[in-house]
Amino acid sequence: MGSQGGFGQSKEFLDLVKSIGEARSKSEEDRIILGEIETLKRRIVEPDIPKRKMKEYIIRLVYVEMLGHDASFGYIHAVKMTHDDSLLLKRTGYLAVTLFLNEDHDLIILIVNTIQKDLRSDNYLVVCAALNAVCRLINEETIPAVLPQVVELLGHAKEAVRKKAIMALHRFYQKSPASVLHLISNFRKTLCDKDPGVMGATLCPLFDLVTVDVKSHKDLVISFISILKQVAEKRLPKSYDYHQMPAPFIQIKLLKILALLGSGDKQASEQMYTVLGDIFRKSDTLINIGNAVLYECICCVSCIYPNPKLLDAAADAISKFLKSDHNLKYMGIDALGRLIKISPDIAEQHQLAVIDCLEDPDDTLKRKTFELLYKMTKSSNVEVIVNRMIDYMISINDNHYKTEIASRCVELAEQFAPSNHWFIQTMNKVFEHAGDLVNIKVAHNLMRLIAEGFGEDDDNADSQLRSSAVESYLRIIAEPKLPSVFLQVICWVLGEYGTADGKYSASYITGKLCDVAEAYSNDETVKAYAITALMKLYAYEIAAGRKVDILPECQSLIEELSASHSTDLQQRAYELQALIGLDARAVETVMPSDASCEDIEIDKSLSFLNHYVQESVEKGAQPYIPESERTGMLNTSSFRNEDHHEASMHGLRFEAYDLPKPVVPSKSPVTYTPSTELVPVPEPSYSREVHTSTAVPSISSSGSTELKLRLDGVQKKWGRPNYSSGSTSTSESSSQKTVNGVAQTEIVSTSTSRAQATSSFDLKKPQVEISPEKQRLAASLFGGPSKTDKRPTSSSHKVVKSSSHTTERPPAAKPVDASEKSTPVQPPPDLLDLGEPTVTSSAPLIDPFKQLEGLLDQGENVSVPNHGAVNATKPPEMMSLYAEIAASGQSGGVVNPIPTNGDDLLSGLSGGSIKTAAPGGAAGSPSLSKGPSLKDSLEKDALVRQMGVTPTSQNPNLFKDLLG
Amino acid sequence: MIKAVMVMNTQGKPRLAKFYDYELAGFAKLRLLLLSAALSSRAENVSNFVEADAIFGLDSRLVYKHYATLYFVFVFDSSENELAMLDLIQVFVETLDKCFKNVCELDIVFNYGKMQTILDEIVFGGQVLETSSAEVMKVVEEISKLEAASNAITFVPKTVSNWRGR
Repeated sequence: MGSQGGFGQSKEFLDLVKSIGEARSKSEEDRIILGEIETLKRRIVEPDIPKRKMKEYIIRLVYVEMLGHDASFGYIHAVKMTHDDSLLLKRTGYLAVTLFLNEDHDLIILIVNTIQKDLRSDNYLVVCAALNAVCRLINEETIPAVLPQVVELLGHAKEAVRKKAIMALHRFYQKSPASVLHLISNFRKTLCDKDPGVMGATLCPLFDLVTVDVKSHKDLVISFISILKQVAEKRLPKSYDYHQMPAPFIQIKLLKILALLGSGDKQASEQMYTVLGDIFRKSDTLINIGNAVLYECICCVSCIYPNPKLLDAAADAISKFLKSDHNLKYMGIDALGRLIKISPDIAEQHQLAVIDCLEDPDDTLKRKTFELLYKMTKSSNVEVIVNRMIDYMISINDNHYKTEIASRCVELAEQFAPSNHWFIQTMNKVFEHAGDLVNIKVAHNLMRLIAEGFGEDDDNADSQLRSSAVESYLRIIAEPKLPSVFLQVICWVLGEYGTADGKYSASYITGKLCDVAEAYSNDETVKAYAITALMKLYAYEIAAGRKVDILPECQSLIEELSASHSTDLQQRAYELQALIGLDARAVETVMPSDASCEDIEIDKSLSFLNHYVQESVEKGAQPYIPESERTGMLNTSSFRNEDHHEASMHGLRFEAYDLPKPVVPSKSPVTYTPSTELVPVPEPSYSREVHTSTAVPSISSSGSTELKLRLDGVQKKWGRPNYSSGSTSTSESSSQKTVNGVAQTEIVSTSTSRAQATSSFDLKKPQVEISPEKQRLAASLFGGPSKTDKRPTSSSHKVVKSSSHTTERPPAAKPVDASEKSTPVQPPPDLLDLGEPTVTSSAPLIDPFKQLEGLLDQGENVSVPNHGAVNATKPPEMMSLYAEIAASGQSGGVVNPIPTNGDDLLSGLSGGSIKTAAPGGAAGSPSLSKGPSLKDSLEKDALVRQMGVTPTSQNPNLFKDLLG
Repeated sequence: MIKAVMVMNTQGKPRLAKFYDYELAGFAKLRLLLLSAALSSRAENVSNFVEADAIFGLDSRLVYKHYATLYFVFVFDSSENELAMLDLIQVFVETLDKCFKNVCELDIVFNYGKMQTILDEIVFGGQVLETSSAEVMKVVEEISKLEAASNAITFVPKTVSNWRGR
């Protein structure tokens, strides 16, 4: 191909591109582009431009827009170009409009007619171009205008057109499910298309449909399986091979669909086992796409009803992944995260590989590994994992990820904290390094936790907790640049409990508080917290009958604040001044000591005012009329309804008008362009929460929804659906829940925290190849000895492994760790599984290092014969299974590849498939969300704790997917 | 679905930015900026995946591949397979290579429309349409033949465009 189609570039354009390419700075580039825009603006309106020239202008506009400048003055010319008869110009026009316009643009209306015409064109390339534009430009309002024609195209002679028509319908479904709901049967029909490409395209919409509603598609399980089988057996034409893999993308889609259909459905899953086993065996792990299929297979196996053989195969595949390059390691870690939901002990086999990934320079891989650790956290390894996470959190600058990992730390700490002390220390670290990023509720939860104690009647422990908190805060408070949220917590705790244990004098604490208020003088929230804390401290002093001597700096702070611009600070300052003037009894009533947890009864009906109201009315005052009943005011609710009504009525007609009649004013332009400024920006919840001193978790979320404009009736014309708020709300709810969980956490043996200190020290030591440190880390992460008894087959070497970790420790830690020495008999407590603390206590007298060496060899040796054994036993059984299914499948008549049998298969199998659908429906409830619902699991966890049962060491949501 | 396909050079200049999830098209410039920062901070010999939640919103995965002076980037959601997307980039690049004979950045700059055509034959409305570069080439050639027939425009031969760029 010597010459290039597409562009008839002129010298001007080439020069433009060249000069941009050579631009030295962004401003130079901008200058060039602005000059180009001026030129184009002038030229494009000249009369009688030759078409070829016009096309070039349009392309130059596209280029300008791609570089981020506004080319909207030329949009209309691009629209005009779509009307052109020449295919080249038409395609250029379509290309330009698909790049320029979004689906809500005014000019769309002008293109709909052209698209309608082009969809009827004889030239299939024109039809394809139009379908392409349909995908991009048609919005909910205009779907009805083109829908009939697109549906018609499902029967087009060219498979390329059929394929694209299906995808356009899929697009419609994504935009407005209701608009194509009546066409779902068409997708089932096209699944039997004689062209495998069309069938493959159909899988995309079916995947979406199945995601939404599993139950009503259970009857397709058999069809999907038989298609997958044919694909895997290379029955498709050679042209569908990709790197010798038969249609891998179709396989992947099918596996995804099967995973959805098989999840929680034993019967459906059992039908899949054979073909999944086949794919495992046939997959080519030397090429990328082969691994892609393999990975998808693992995902499928981990979703469907578990089958031991397939799980073994998946585990094998994962171990191969983990030994390969970065990409495959990433996939392996991801797959491991899925598989541990079903068999939690699988992670143990790969502990060293996982730790390698944790120390990998690749950030992506590291984060994925943290995700895995997050999933496998339990109370025995929470300290190691959370410490690791915090270390990593401190080391990164990416605020987005910092927020995420901080909230994960908080969540894990709340859920699994082994001791109160550890919890507070951890939270301090999180706040110190990511305080401005964590949700304010976390701070409130922490305050509440300190205030409420841990739900036991042990006041002593509670006050101990408080003094340790106070102590740590007094230490931290001197550090520069603490996050505001953390300072709020510190101020609150110091105010509430600073003098409670009598260790520190009121003047000491108040001095510290004044320092804070001074150092962060532009943070009003902190100042408000600080002055309220001062007020509390003085109040306790007065109530206790001691003389209050106000430090000069406190005095000046109070004076400064009482002249503050913020009315809130002013009020607090004046209240403080008034309070100091009161006598002890009054102060005691106004500000009782340690009463932050007492309920305050609020008389919402203000009944104590009844008497006064009565009196006033008798004196001739006007009775109160509720706002809603007052006349002369706009009835907002009915107005809203009207608006909603109009919005739903609003639609466009695309047929020709029969008679001239008054034009219906088009709503859409009016609604969105001028009103962008009116779009309510949902306030971050912080600002409103500021003044609530005790945490009231539900306030901000409900408050913000009330304050928002109602948008439900109005069409969304701008902005994105604010996913960010969605995410925060979930995390809010989860953290709310977990407080209870933490409050009821059993106190775990205190030695745990000590041992944790050891291991965290060890972590910092430089790594040798599979160093003892790494081993130990592995042990602390994975080594639940209770695990070993679950797998009797491989238990022999695993017991050795875990005990060798145990014994290998003391000598290694000896030079550095004094606390370990003081408790020499104690086995490392983070190996302890609290449920069964029996196994580890035996500390054999063998040289631990020698044993470690043995372990390393053994690890290699043992695993190989193991796999071998699995492989050896597998085939016969697989074969027999296969034979069974094959026998039943053959009745469908699968002699000739896809072309004819699509229909046969479906019709042949549909009889049987109905049978499977019925029990399947009973077994599986449609799981709308793919992942385990965090909230549910936490609720469950809290419930279990309440019932007094120690939850199993695993994350409680692990079995959720599995058992439904 | 595939949310976006982008090509940018190592200096962060966009060469192609196609959004299938139109919500992402907002702030496109900023996203491209962030993306190029994220990509340029990646070392050699690491994985081809990047966490992209911060740039492209929740449930976004990103796969990139580095060819000479160009980054090819696919952004997609959980309904696609990372490794498969990596191969899709390969298909895209292979096709470009077949089309332009040793594709280089300049070919892509000067033949923007053609690159779009190729991409449209591989990814359609956010779904994978075709994975065989031979098939894609067939269609693309047919289109350019028809276009040439319908409109006699003098093309600038590649040799000239090369010469101009240097």
